[in-house]
Amino acid sequence: MKTFTYERAGSVDEAVRDSSAGGRYIAGGTNLLDLMKLQVETPDKLVDISRLPLDRIEEREDGGLTIGALVPNSDLAADPRVIAGYEVLSRALLAGASGQLRNKASTGGNLLQRTRCYYFYDTAMACNKREPGSGCSAIGGFNRIHAILGASEHCIATHPSDMAVAMRALDAVIITQKADGDKRRISIHDFYRLPGDTPQIENVLEPGELITHVELPAPVEGARHLYRKVRDRASYAFALVSVAGVVRMDGGMIASAALAFGGVAHMPWRNPAVEAALVGKAPSAQAFEAAADALLADAKGYGSNDFKIPLARRTLIASLRELTGE
Amino acid sequence: MHFTINGQSYEAEPDIRTSVLDLCREHLGLTGSKKGCDHGQCGACTVLINGRRVNSCLTLAVMHQDDEIVTIEGLGSPEDLHPMQAAFVAHDGYQCGYCTPGQICSAVGMLDEVKKGWPSHASADLTDVSFDNSEISERMSGNLCRCSAYPNIVDAIREVADQSGDEALKPARQPAEAGA
Repeated sequence: MKTFTYERAGSVDEAVRDSSAGGRYIAGGTNLLDLMKLQVETPDKLVDISRLPLDRIEEREDGGLTIGALVPNSDLAADPRVIAGYEVLSRALLAGASGQLRNKASTGGNLLQRTRCYYFYDTAMACNKREPGSGCSAIGGFNRIHAILGASEHCIATHPSDMAVAMRALDAVIITQKADGDKRRISIHDFYRLPGDTPQIENVLEPGELITHVELPAPVEGARHLYRKVRDRASYAFALVSVAGVVRMDGGMIASAALAFGGVAHMPWRNPAVEAALVGKAPSAQAFEAAADALLADAKGYGSNDFKIPLARRTLIASLRELTGE
Repeated sequence: MHFTINGQSYEAEPDIRTSVLDLCREHLGLTGSKKGCDHGQCGACTVLINGRRVNSCLTLAVMHQDDEIVTIEGLGSPEDLHPMQAAFVAHDGYQCGYCTPGQICSAVGMLDEVKKGWPSHASADLTDVSFDNSEISERMSGNLCRCSAYPNIVDAIREVADQSGDEALKPARQPAEAGA
């Protein structure tokens, strides 16, 4: 690990000031320290935000929840208000990582964990994300876990979060404070970036910008929630494919549907065409196939991960059967 | 820097990069916690910080100067075993023993999580956990055992859960009991 200077921030204002001079925030540290040990990440300065008062979950007047960025994944998953109104979020969190990691990992840090693959970790291999311009060893290499949607010739890594997939299905809004003190609200749908030719840039945050809260809109009344994760072992493994779904039925028809996907792209994936293929229709094999066609119209495999295309289709259809009570 | 580990105060000046694990092992002579992967994948380094189980390899000592850290040495001693240690011995919940301190710290932290009503990926109902053995396996998945002593580890944890008498740690409740 390269050495660094360390400061513990006493307030959000102090944190964004400290960080503006090239510092990196550390909260749970479970992803950052892991990467620092391999010198994939080499920050000059760590700004410890773990003691800031951003560890509460509060109800808002509009019926939604405001989640402090430092609420640990464990606490968020077990919160009775989250279980009652946003079961897909609890389920996704509980499907991710291990008990020890969930106790440490923060809400903001989970959103900001690096999109990555094993070539990103292996400093002997080319990786455009780790070293821009060096190439992508995953293309033409072992790419079983890699992206089938939204990838580029520069990077085919996947975003590993389960939580963020549920957050996309729930239309979460990310609240930040910038280095100059300005606050902004960023829809999770606008938060992540596809790799393009700059895979080292994974989201729209500016240097020094700090996530302070995540807002969830009021729950969809009467909706059924599901998080279905397909992985290589039963626990403590990244998703090959996952589906987060919030579906409301009305009179035998699909009244609303929010569907997001993990393990398939550089960011948690959501495509309005999938939902458009379902809303207003009665559940049927035909409608479900049409939704899968919409999801996978532009899907592309890279050899070892070709299986993910039919796997995503089957996982979506199985999820829809469960969500629509068929 | 000042640390509180197993109820004792320690002063140390480790390098800023030092993890809680390396602080314990290399600076304070507390070698019970083990370094397996050093990347949070194996769980051999699991300790309790403010009562919560965490991977001590993946957190910086400097960030935990005001916290209560408990390692395997703080749970029990050879003369006075913690119930979880005694159960691991009774059920032969290990072979080489390298993962055992982490398994035991993790199991102790895990049972407290269940007592708080925290659900898991194995819970059919997130608001009413039935603490059967599939719950133990799921909740302990962050602790690997390369000798594969898993069945005996589950038995040991089951015994501690059963002997606690705690309602939250009981397996599948009968309908009559559930209404009680």
